[in-house]
Amino acid sequence: MAAQLAPEPAKVDPMHQFTVEPMFGSAGWEAAGFNIAFTNSAMWMVIAAVVLWMFMLGGMKRQLVPGRWQMAVESFTGFIDNLVEANIGKEGKKYVPYVFSLFMFILFANLLGLMPLGLVGVHPFTFTSHFTVTGVLAIMSFAIVLIVGFWKHGLHFFSLFVPKGTPLVMAIIIAPIEFISFLFRPFSLALRLFVAMMAGHVLLEVLSSFVISGWGAGLGFGVLVGIPSFVLMIAICALEILVSGIQAYVFALLTSLYINDAEHLH
Amino acid sequence: MDLEAAKMVGAGLAAIGAGMAALGVGNVFGSFLESALRNPGAADGQQGRLFIGFAAAELLGLLAFVVAMIILFV
Repeated sequence: MAAQLAPEPAKVDPMHQFTVEPMFGSAGWEAAGFNIAFTNSAMWMVIAAVVLWMFMLGGMKRQLVPGRWQMAVESFTGFIDNLVEANIGKEGKKYVPYVFSLFMFILFANLLGLMPLGLVGVHPFTFTSHFTVTGVLAIMSFAIVLIVGFWKHGLHFFSLFVPKGTPLVMAIIIAPIEFISFLFRPFSLALRLFVAMMAGHVLLEVLSSFVISGWGAGLGFGVLVGIPSFVLMIAICALEILVSGIQAYVFALLTSLYINDAEHLH
Repeated sequence: MDLEAAKMVGAGLAAIGAGMAALGVGNVFGSFLESALRNPGAADGQQGRLFIGFAAAELLGLLAFVVAMIILFV
C-alpha cells in the first residue's frame, strides 16, 4: 500500500541551480569550432536586458509633470549621475552611460534571479552568480581604466603606482604593492559580485532543504526544524534583496573610483 | 590524518575568515553610525566612503569563502 511506503528522504542539491544548460535544442550550435549554444544563462541575460529596456522606455516620455514611472527612472539616473559626479567630477559626464548601464544591468539581473517564479514553474537563473559573466563585466571596466589612463597620460600613467611625495626609499617598497593591488582590481570586482550572489543562493537552497527534510522526518522535526528554517529563509530573502542592491551599487562605485584614478592619477 | 580529512578541516578553518569579515563589516557600519549620529549633516556626504570600506572588508570574507571552495572542490 502507498501509505506504508516511507517518504523518500528529500535530496536537495544546492549547486544544481547553477548548472548552465543549452535551451531549445541548441546544444550542437557551433561557430569556428566553439560551442555557442543558447543557454539558460544567455536567455536570462536577454530577459534582464528586455525588462531593463522596457523599464527605461516607460519612463522616458519626458512629461513636464512626471508620473510614478518616470519618477522611478529619474531617481535611478539621478542617483548614478550624482555618484559619478561625486567620484570623478566634471570629466565624469562621459562615463555616466557606461556606469548607469552597468549598475542597472547588474541590479536587474540580481533581482530577477531572486524572483519567486519557481512557483509558476519557471526557474530563474542568476547569471551574475557565474564568474565568467562577472569577470567579463569587470574586464570591461578595467579595460576602460587602462585605455583612458594610457590615452590621457601616456606612460605617465605609471606614476599611479607612486603616490605623490613618496620618499625614494619608500617608493621602492610601495610601487610593487600598488602595482599588485592595481592588477588585483578586476579580480576583486568580479569575485565580490559572483561570490555574494552565489553564497546567497546556496544559503537559500540549503535552508529550503532543511524545511523539506524537516517536514519529511515527521511532525516533531517539522515544528522544531522546519518552521524556524522557513522563518529564517524569509529573513534571508529580505537580506538577499538588500545584497542585490548593495552589490550593484558597489560595482558601479568601484568602477567610477577606478576611472577616477585613470582620469586624474592621484 | 589522511588528506581528505585534512581538506575538510582546512575548509572549516577557512570559515574563520568569514567570521572575521563579519567583525570588519560590523565595525565599518558601526563606526559610521556612531559618527553619523554625532553629526547627521555630514553623514550623507560620506556614504560613498562607507561603501568603499564595506566593499574592502567584505572582499576578504569572500576570499575566505573562495579559499574554502578551492580546498574542497578543486
